[in-house]
Amino acid sequence: MAIVQSRASRWWNRAAIAAALALLVISMIPLYWIGSSAFKPRAAATTVPPTVFFTPEITPFIKLFTARVQQRGERDEAAYAQAPWWEKLVMDSGDRFIKDDKGNIEASGYVARFINSIVIAVSSTFFAVALGTMTAYGFSRFRMPGEGDWLFFILSTRMLPPVVVAIPMFLMYRAVGLVDTHGGLIILYTAFNLSFSVWLMKGFIDEIPKEYEEAALVDGYTRMEAFFKIVLPQATTGIAATAVFCFITAWNEYAFALIMTNKNAQTVPPYIPSQLGSGLTDWTVIGAGSLLFLIPVSIFTFLLRKHLLRGVTFGAIRK
Amino acid sequence: MSDLGIRNLFIIPTLVFLIVFNIFPLLYSLGYSFTDYRASMNDPVSFVGLQNYRELLADPAIWNNFTITAKYVLMSVTGQVVVGFGTALLLNRAIPAKGLLTTLMMLPMMMCMAVVGLFWQLLYNPSWGIINYVFGTEGMVWLSDPDVALWAIAITDIWMWSPFVMLLSLAGLSAIPPSLYEAAAIDRASRWFVFRRITLPLVSPLLLIAVIFRTMEAFKTFDIAYVMASMEETELVAIRLYKMAFNEWQTGRSCALAYLMLLAVLAITNVYVKYLNRIKER
Repeated sequence: MAIVQSRASRWWNRAAIAAALALLVISMIPLYWIGSSAFKPRAAATTVPPTVFFTPEITPFIKLFTARVQQRGERDEAAYAQAPWWEKLVMDSGDRFIKDDKGNIEASGYVARFINSIVIAVSSTFFAVALGTMTAYGFSRFRMPGEGDWLFFILSTRMLPPVVVAIPMFLMYRAVGLVDTHGGLIILYTAFNLSFSVWLMKGFIDEIPKEYEEAALVDGYTRMEAFFKIVLPQATTGIAATAVFCFITAWNEYAFALIMTNKNAQTVPPYIPSQLGSGLTDWTVIGAGSLLFLIPVSIFTFLLRKHLLRGVTFGAIRK
Repeated sequence: MSDLGIRNLFIIPTLVFLIVFNIFPLLYSLGYSFTDYRASMNDPVSFVGLQNYRELLADPAIWNNFTITAKYVLMSVTGQVVVGFGTALLLNRAIPAKGLLTTLMMLPMMMCMAVVGLFWQLLYNPSWGIINYVFGTEGMVWLSDPDVALWAIAITDIWMWSPFVMLLSLAGLSAIPPSLYEAAAIDRASRWFVFRRITLPLVSPLLLIAVIFRTMEAFKTFDIAYVMASMEETELVAIRLYKMAFNEWQTGRSCALAYLMLLAVLAITNVYVKYLNRIKER
């Protein structure tokens, strides 16, 4: 841009910045709504006009983690007096905990789903990145007949609509007993992320000069040693970025989880919508569950910010 | 180990994995697409030839699903390009804390579509939703009005994915050499001329990538539309496929529909990869 700015172009600049800020605010409103609902008193979540400012509560999170039912009839005042503060909060909101014979509070379905999400996303990320890094190295450093076709084949598996793949996979899983198992979803997510991981890692490994390994080979390293001791340490940033992308994809995946699981291995994305009852939906608890689920991804987005462009173009655009 | 051995050791497991868990299942369902198999029953399976495909292609309801999907793709991709490219033009200048600003804008597209779709239901709620309140459209039943629901879903999709178009457009814009603009300023070229003859042609390769990719993703849309609304007017092809396969258990027929969808997706993928490779070579 011209160094000496005219008055008109300064005005343009200011207007553009103001417009961009306005757009940012608008696009943040839905996220604020999710986050704020998680701290609202239940009655404030669905009011006319909508409640923007309120005294935050922690009650939705206590409800999120525990199994509860609605309190019917008179409240047991003696039990209320003895109850710890978190139980009082739940009782104040008109619910009571479901307890086992020993009086222990039971965990809600969300806790198990959240653990499932972590286990499945982490394991599938590990497999996808490990296999993907090796394959990317293979394609980057060696000649392979029909290389372009193989790479296209690998990428095209990523583009398959999940529902299309899920129909035969469901039948096959049913035949071998993999429906509603962690292993079943881990395999599916590994397959889904593998192509992405190969393409992204190939971009990163292509950038590591071959001369490093060649020097190591001259010094008497084997190819394997050169890969593990020279290439992998150089590729750490790329591996980390790829892993975070794979994790986010697996973490957010909905269709496969909806079709392949119903309880035991169910992850959070199909679970939260299934909690939508008719009429009596407690949006503060849904807000708490959603917020907790979205936080890891938000943090990762900030860590990834330098690699986002590369990630969404399968490594084609490096900057 | 020889280099050839290492190459095979590194590459072949991935290819085998993808063939076993992607190609083999697709062959399996190709086989079923020629039968009347129903996975919910133990009836004997019989070969029906091309009957499933013939019936699907002759079924106006299926064509309707494809029409709805085409409309949805058009709405949401156009919206994303307008908003995303527009935002990129606004952001393509020196702005304080630009990195933070763009990263914040990028947040929606990293989120879980099912959870986001669910929460937009609260925003769209006819009685206490913030959208009706802010726009004064009192009593508008966004997600249960047959004329509006598809738009409502597309708007959510635009909110989510405009940042994707913005990200690619910004990359394209920032790569335009400033000398071109300086030359245009010396020639006293109008803003419109500069945009038309410098900005647009130089951004278009990246913009095209964004459009093709978003078109493909919009065509495959399942999560967000399935979570947000359930009516005939919002039944995209992927949702029809899901219902046919897992609610009605018409397994054979759904495999045939899956193949029709697959052909379309592979055609778009082919175009996408062609442009992706072209960008890469630059």
